[in-house]
Amino acid sequence: MSSDAASAIPYTVEPRPDTGLNNVKIGIWLFLASEVMLFGALFASLILLRVGAPPGTWPHGAEYLSVPLATLNTAVLITSSVTVVMAWASLIKRNLGKFRMWMGFTVLLGFGFLIIKYIEYSAKFHHGYLPSSNTFLAIYFTLTGLHGLHVIGGMAVNGYLWGPGSKMWHTAPQQFINRVEAAGLFWHFVDLVWIFLFPILYLL
Amino acid sequence: MTDQEQQTNHAGEHHGEHHPEAGFWKKYWFSVDHKVIGIQYAVTGLLFLLFGFTLMMLARWQLAYPGEPLPLIGGLFGDSRMPGGVMLPEFYNQLGAMHGTIMVFLGVVPLAVGGFGNYVVPLQIGAPDMAFPRLNMASYHVYFWGGVIMLASFFVPGGAAQSGWTSYAPLSVIADSGQTVWLIGMVFLITSSLLGSVNFITTIIQLRAPGLSLMRMPFFVWAQFVTAFLLLLAFPPLEAAGVMQLMDRLADTSFFMPSGLVVSGQVATEYSGGGSPILWQHLFWFLAHPEVYVLILPGLGIVSEVIANNTRKPLWGYRLLVWSVVGIGFLSFIVWAHHMFLTGMGTVMNAFFQTTTMIISIPSVVILTALILSLWGASIRFTTPMLFALAFLPMFAIGGLTGLPLGLSAADIHLHDTYYVIGHFHYVVAPGTLFALMAGIYYWYPKATGRKLSDRLGKLHFWPSLIFMNGIFFPMFIVGMAGVSRRLYDGGMTYSHGQDILWLNEVMSISAWGLGLAQIPFIVNFFLSLKTGEKVGENPWQATTLEWAAPSPPPHGNFATVPTVYRGPYEYSVPGTENDYLPQFEPGGPEAEPGADEEPALVPAE
Repeated sequence: MSSDAASAIPYTVEPRPDTGLNNVKIGIWLFLASEVMLFGALFASLILLRVGAPPGTWPHGAEYLSVPLATLNTAVLITSSVTVVMAWASLIKRNLGKFRMWMGFTVLLGFGFLIIKYIEYSAKFHHGYLPSSNTFLAIYFTLTGLHGLHVIGGMAVNGYLWGPGSKMWHTAPQQFINRVEAAGLFWHFVDLVWIFLFPILYLL
Repeated sequence: MTDQEQQTNHAGEHHGEHHPEAGFWKKYWFSVDHKVIGIQYAVTGLLFLLFGFTLMMLARWQLAYPGEPLPLIGGLFGDSRMPGGVMLPEFYNQLGAMHGTIMVFLGVVPLAVGGFGNYVVPLQIGAPDMAFPRLNMASYHVYFWGGVIMLASFFVPGGAAQSGWTSYAPLSVIADSGQTVWLIGMVFLITSSLLGSVNFITTIIQLRAPGLSLMRMPFFVWAQFVTAFLLLLAFPPLEAAGVMQLMDRLADTSFFMPSGLVVSGQVATEYSGGGSPILWQHLFWFLAHPEVYVLILPGLGIVSEVIANNTRKPLWGYRLLVWSVVGIGFLSFIVWAHHMFLTGMGTVMNAFFQTTTMIISIPSVVILTALILSLWGASIRFTTPMLFALAFLPMFAIGGLTGLPLGLSAADIHLHDTYYVIGHFHYVVAPGTLFALMAGIYYWYPKATGRKLSDRLGKLHFWPSLIFMNGIFFPMFIVGMAGVSRRLYDGGMTYSHGQDILWLNEVMSISAWGLGLAQIPFIVNFFLSLKTGEKVGENPWQATTLEWAAPSPPPHGNFATVPTVYRGPYEYSVPGTENDYLPQFEPGGPEAEPGADEEPALVPAE
């Protein structure tokens, strides 16, 4: 590694005895805490706008949105949460080949999610449903758009760990496992956000 | 090899041949060393403070002499801003909005958290660097480009943002394109402080030296720790709000646009309506009230260090200070709507937020009282940092206590949106936080450069600054209580009830320009002392905390060997010792210290 300073820092790989955690794990959990606040603010805005709307004017999600497609997407994301755990577990069992297979599935499922989302979006645009149409569609596009960006970000990290990043397995295996674990935690979070989005936007 | 041995080895390596001289860009721009990044943050922050202050010195001409052309430099600003040297209202609004934005997000926070936090925290906890050095570099660069975007917004059609630093909707949604640039700049700044705060918390939790339990941490580290949590959790809602306002502006959504809004005599039809302008205020103040504590807590931390060092006494009530700062951290999340008493939230909401606001004043006053009691019976060394720290106490007290009437929803009916509010928060942030930051610069400059700042120039900086600060901000209380609103382009000239006190506008403006002149000794001192300042050793102030165990300036990796911590942070004037101070990093001492620390150390010293 080119950076001397980075290698001099303690607990980058091994956990600190009194906290029981390494730096990466604390870092990713803190990052997820801030992500909770980001999506939390948007969910709170949705609730405030909805209860503030004149009675009877807030549309039911299914009037605009496709529940079957969203259900399929929920299944896709939950499956990818399973595969990312399998990828991590394969590394614990010291099997890089299995890791690549499961991580590959995870990335592909991410693609699948985005394709289904693309079909949904284009159907909306086709019908003339735009963010400017009404406030429900505005928050729908904002929330799912931001979530989609998180999916893309997670896929970029997972794809890196699947491809060029996996070279680290041969030089620093424990650090690589930690990275996969952190990426997996982020991926679970992305999945979890969708688990909230689905009922709130489509079903309620 | 244990971690500690590893660390020692690495620290040893850095002195050796492993380190060929890096190129300029690598060494000063793309550095991952927390000390270089800290200085980058501090210098950039100071430049932005100067720039933001200049904006207001300009606007104060218009307030003192409304409608008169600005002599000498008035013609430089062009016809779109100051035709014939007379300031246009639009340009005045840009100056006000950008002054607030730049001072808060590009000046004070980067200097207090990015600068002092980065430089001092790893040293005070005995760490070789921050936990994530490359993330640290990234957060500075994202901040820097956010600043560049903000500056560039002055040159887009229509000029920079004009809707105040609070960017209240719907005004901000229908404003010129400068507002869009402002929002994009904010997304950069938010991302930067997010990365920084993750790094700070991880560093403080994980990289403390052996023996440095939480209750042995210097108070400055505690203040930065709580600050980092505020940044981590309060900023994302503003990011969400920023995204929503961008959607309103660019995709014509109506998050903050009510139905039937009339703009320039016409109903705005491109918006579907149904949005809530109050929602923006809730989201904005959910960030911006914790942000107020982000501005003040690092300052309190610096002042505590300087006071303990120059009174040669332990801080009065260290544990009380720690619990108070943690309490402020929690409470700061549930007071935001006291900025919104007059939005029609209703009396129940007002009563709730009025109550929480009164409660949060308790830990704040506890901290201030503890610092004042620390002075009791001390033989004070009146060094330049101590002068700034001492001035901080009454200035912060005035700022804090004048906030109480604003926190009571009945009194706020009269005072809201007047100059009284401006006076109140400037007393907290300008002669408050800025004096604390100045104390920090004079205090840690020897550590960062190996030389002291000149005391004579320091005093020439301090005394005029103190006088002019009060000359600017005290009249604001008078003007505000007389009922003159803030943000007025003519300074209240058209208010019949303000005629008797309008002469104070000129006093404030002259004081502001005087304050600008008073910074010249500081700027000269800052650069001159790099060459001519008195050379110092490791511990020029005879201080007790860990940063003074490292050489001045500390090398890459900071400490030759990992320091071990034997006691609390402020063991000054311990009876029965040779010197009047016992550093945290020196073994020995008069008695067995474990008893002095009621709580068992989280990390046993060896």
